[in-house]
Order: sequence, then structure tokens, then C-alpha cells
Amino acid sequence: MTAPTVGDTMQSDSVRPPKASRLQKLDWLWADTRAKVALGWVLVVLFVAIFAPFIAPADPIEQNLRSILAGPSSDYLLGTDDIGRDFFSRMLYGARVSMFGAFLAVSVSMMIGIPVGLIAGYVGGVIENVLMRIVDSILGFPAIVLAIGLVAALGPGLTNAMVAVGVTFSPSVARLMRGQVLATKNHLYVDAAEQYGSPVWRTVLRHILPNAIQPIIVQAALLLAVAFLAEAALSFLGLGAQPPTASWGGMLSRSSQFLQVSPAVQLYAPGLAIALTVLAINALGDSLRDSLDPVAGTERRLHRTLARAAKRLGSNDGDTGRHKPQTPTVAPPDLQPSTAGRARS
Amino acid sequence: MLRLLATRMAAIIPTLLFATFTIFGLQHIGPADPATVVLGENATEERIASLREQMGLNDPLIVQYGKWLGDVATGDLGESIIRSERVATTIKTSLPVTLQLVLSGVFISVAIGVPLGILAATRANKPTDVMVTSGSAIGVSIPSFWLGLVLITAFAINWKIFPARGFATPGDGIGEAFRHTILPAFVVSTSGIAIVTRQVRGAMIEALSADSIRTHQAKGLPWRTILWKHALRNSAVTIVTVIGLLVNTTLGATVVIEAVFAIPGMGFRVINAASGRDFPVIQGVVLTYVLIVLAINLLIDIAYRIIDPRIQ
Repeated sequence: MTAPTVGDTMQSDSVRPPKASRLQKLDWLWADTRAKVALGWVLVVLFVAIFAPFIAPADPIEQNLRSILAGPSSDYLLGTDDIGRDFFSRMLYGARVSMFGAFLAVSVSMMIGIPVGLIAGYVGGVIENVLMRIVDSILGFPAIVLAIGLVAALGPGLTNAMVAVGVTFSPSVARLMRGQVLATKNHLYVDAAEQYGSPVWRTVLRHILPNAIQPIIVQAALLLAVAFLAEAALSFLGLGAQPPTASWGGMLSRSSQFLQVSPAVQLYAPGLAIALTVLAINALGDSLRDSLDPVAGTERRLHRTLARAAKRLGSNDGDTGRHKPQTPTVAPPDLQPSTAGRARS
Repeated sequence: MLRLLATRMAAIIPTLLFATFTIFGLQHIGPADPATVVLGENATEERIASLREQMGLNDPLIVQYGKWLGDVATGDLGESIIRSERVATTIKTSLPVTLQLVLSGVFISVAIGVPLGILAATRANKPTDVMVTSGSAIGVSIPSFWLGLVLITAFAINWKIFPARGFATPGDGIGEAFRHTILPAFVVSTSGIAIVTRQVRGAMIEALSADSIRTHQAKGLPWRTILWKHALRNSAVTIVTVIGLLVNTTLGATVVIEAVFAIPGMGFRVINAASGRDFPVIQGVVLTYVLIVLAINLLIDIAYRIIDPRIQ
């Protein structure tokens, strides 16, 4: 954990704060097909999560004991589970649990991480040292292990589990936030504000936070994907959403007890739903990052143009790619794939 | 080198102290009273009160922590509440199982991820690269426990090639150990492969864009030598960093996968302990995980300096 984090080094020396208009205009969404498809899928899942009671053909906890582990039919689109509940309706309701859980975890991590990072970065000194020590020691836990320990303490349940996951995410947010604050607070406009007698809270909230927040937004998007996986895993282990609530992880856990007899679709549907949603959220996070980082975005366009030109000229040269500098990533290297990794499974 | 080791060890102490305090504090942040957990909900109030006294629960928190830490330092992690077994024994039997799985997973991640990353870097932005990059995006998005279930259905139920559940160590015969390890180790490494591929690709693209590479090319070195000798060496720091990260990731991944494959490792134990609020086991196992992560971080730190003397 001593490696310098990429987040720490993301600083520009411009005097003027970067424009926020890129984010507001949502240009980034329409610039790239991948992002459009991903957004489409996430919106579908959100729609299903919100309107599940209206679109589900059956009650997700109503049992029909005369039809157990049935295959797909016109009555039951995806068949029934081991106690005769409509699997399709449970899938729709499961979207609710996953979305709620993931948003809860990310909110908790932001509510802890942002203030801690702001204080550590702005105040500095002993307070910064102590805070960052704590942050580092929490980063020493494999996230899922700490989350399981916290769930054991708080008691199982979706809310407790996802609060626990949020707590395990918060050090990464705090670290990134601190790095951003350190990079921002030496800018001229912050100095100017201070010279004009702006109170500390105003300097922080009005000048530092808005100019340091963009990578945090990207981080939030990427953490959302990890939280989604963590929710599924904890519910699968029986520590998250409790029966009879329908959750994708919990449904997989039940299907797994009847692997040899349950309809195959009941093993694939929840897993694919989780995988596709996580993939889509990750893709959105990546596009958002590229759009907020003008250099990477321009370079990508440049490569596309060069590749197209090369093709048109009939040249087989692809050398352009080799000289592409590494795209800066926003998440610190020990978190970006790994938050992903740490909490997943 | 010894001095370096000493300073790094000293730097770990505050981290370790806070981590142990967190682990100790776990059983105190929840609504459940530890004495009630031991005796069950139906115990009389007098019995609970006397056990509280006996367990030292009436002492100030910091005194309790001191006592606990003292016991832990001498290797006494207490006794499981659910099974009558010393926690130290639990860890002694489950740690090798988890380590076998983690090491196999890390090995697979590196063995597949590094070549894939290099391949993608040398063909940056071409179809091969796009395929590898998309593959690694999928790799971090698949819930590993689900992949485990799918593979069990395919390779253990449909084609009975590998066992669906249980585990074997090399002590039970190398062949048996291999048969039991291969599926869970592969599942555990899916996100690892993706992570390694991504990071190695990035590092190699950067290394290959260095001026020195052009010089090597100009003086006529074969491309293979440039790639494997010069560029790879310049990405070594990244690769070492990734391996450190990978151990942490893989450790986390094993927790759930041990449950899927019913492997009696530390993850399996900690999940059972969590449902039963068996705090001595939770504390012991979580502490072991943290110690492993800290030890790996220390090793990585030292490895940096060996690989790249420029790092101070």
C-alpha cells in the first residue's frame, strides 16, 4: 500500500478550475456506443426495480406447492423454485434488492470517505497522519472478510450487510478524496478565496470540493459495480437479504442446492442478470472517467481516426497504438481492479 | 537491507494495533451481548451476569482489549463458542487449505494474465487487444460464486471429471489434491486474471513507448529480446505491485468460493462463525487474514527495492 496512487498524482496546474460543463451536458453518454448500450441496460434494471410490483405477473412469495421446480411454461415464464414460487417475478423483485443494496453501500462509503478525506487533506498535520493510518489499516483487511465480521456483529440482513460493505469501501474513497484535496488546495483560486477572507467551511465546500469531486464520482460508479457483486455474494452466503425476500444471490443459493433437478434456466438467469448489470455499470464508469479526463478522451479519438486513416491507405501499420501512453485511471491502483476484486466473489 | 526491514516492521505496528482494535471491537459494536451469545437467549439473568463478570465484560473496554491482545500475542485465541475447539486449532487446520487455494489462484492469474497482457500491449487497439480487454472487463464482472456453480454443473455433474465438493491437500496424494483444487482455483482466479491482464497491458504499453525501445529497435535487436528482456523488466514494478494486490483479491475471493465448493478453509469457517456469532473464531480468522495481507505488503515493499534500486 505504499505505492504512490495514481489518484494522488492527478493534478493539473491550471489556475482556473476545470469546467464542469462536460458532466452536465452528458455529451459523454452519446459519444460512445458502449456507454449507450450500458446505460440502456442499467435503465431497464432500474425501471424493473422501481416498478416490480406493477410488472411482475405473480406475487414473489406466493407458493404453489403443486408446481415445484417446474420448467418454464406460459404460466411461469422461468419456472418455479423449490417451494413453487414464480421464478420470473422473483427475478424482477430481486433487481430491487440489488439496486437498493448497491446504492446504500456506495452512499455509506461516500458519507464516511468524503469528509474523512476532506479533513485529512485540508487540515493536514497530526490529524491527517492519524486518519490516514486508520484508513491504511482498514485497507489491510480483505474487504469481504471485514464485511462478514461486521455483519456478524450487526446481525444478518440486507441493510446491515450493505452498511458493512459501505464501511469497507470508505477508506478507498477517503484516500482518493485526500489526494484530490491535496492537488486542489494549492491552486491560485483557493489562495485567492483565502486571501479575500473566505471562511474555512466556505473555501472547502465552495472551492475545493467541487473541483476535487469528479474522480470521486467516477469512483462511486465503479464502487457501485463492486457493491452489486458484494450484495449478491453476501445474500448468497445467507448474510444479506433474508428469506422470503427475493434477491439474485439468495435465489442462486437456493438453486445451487438443487443443481441436478432444478431447471437450468434458474441457474443462468440470476447469474447473467448480475454479470450484465455489473458489466454495464463498469462500462458507464469507464466512459464517465474517459469523458472527465479530456486527455484520454482526445487520445482515444485520435487513435480511432489514425486507425481509420491507416485502413483507408491500405497500410498494415498499427504502430500508432504502441506509443499510446497509459490511460490514467482514477482509482488508486490498489483499488481500481481490486476493490473490484476485494469485495467480489 | 536489515535496516530497511526493521523500519518497515516498525511502520506496520500502528496499522496492526488499529487493525487488532477493530477486530476486537467487532463483538462490541453490535446489539448482541457476548455473554448472552455464549449462554443462549434462554439463560437466567444471574448466569449471564456471572459470566459477564467471568469474561471481564464489566471492565473498561481498553482493559479488555489489553487482556485480549496479551492473550493473542501468546497465541491464545480463545475457544469456539459453537464447536468445542480451540480457535488456534481451527486456524491451524484451515489455514493450509486456504493457502493452497490462494497460491494456486495467484499462480493461475499470473500464468494466464501476464502473457495475455503482453499480447494485448503489443497489439494495442487492434482486434486482439479489444478481445483481451473486453474479456478482462467480463472477468471482473462475473460473480465468481455463480461461475463456480456453472462449472460444478458442467464438470462435476454432467461430465463427472472433477469432484463437486470437498478438498484434498498434497498429503492426500498429489493427483487427488490436483483434482480437488483445479476448479475452485480457476474460479478464484477469474478476477485475478482480469486484473493482471489489465495492469500488465498498461505497464507494457508504457514501457514499449520509451525512447530506449526505439533505440533497441534501431540497433537491430530482435523484437523478442526487446519485448521479454527490456520492456518486461521495465514493467516489473507494476507486475510486483499487481501480485501484491492479487493476493489480497484472491484471499477475498476464496472466502465465498470455499462456501460454494464446501472447502474447509478459513473462509468457510468464518462464514459459519458469522451466522452463529462465534466471535472468537471470527476474530482469530480475520486476524490471520490481516496478518497475511500485511506480510505480503512487506514482502512487496522489499521486492520493489530489489527490482528497482532507484526506489528509495
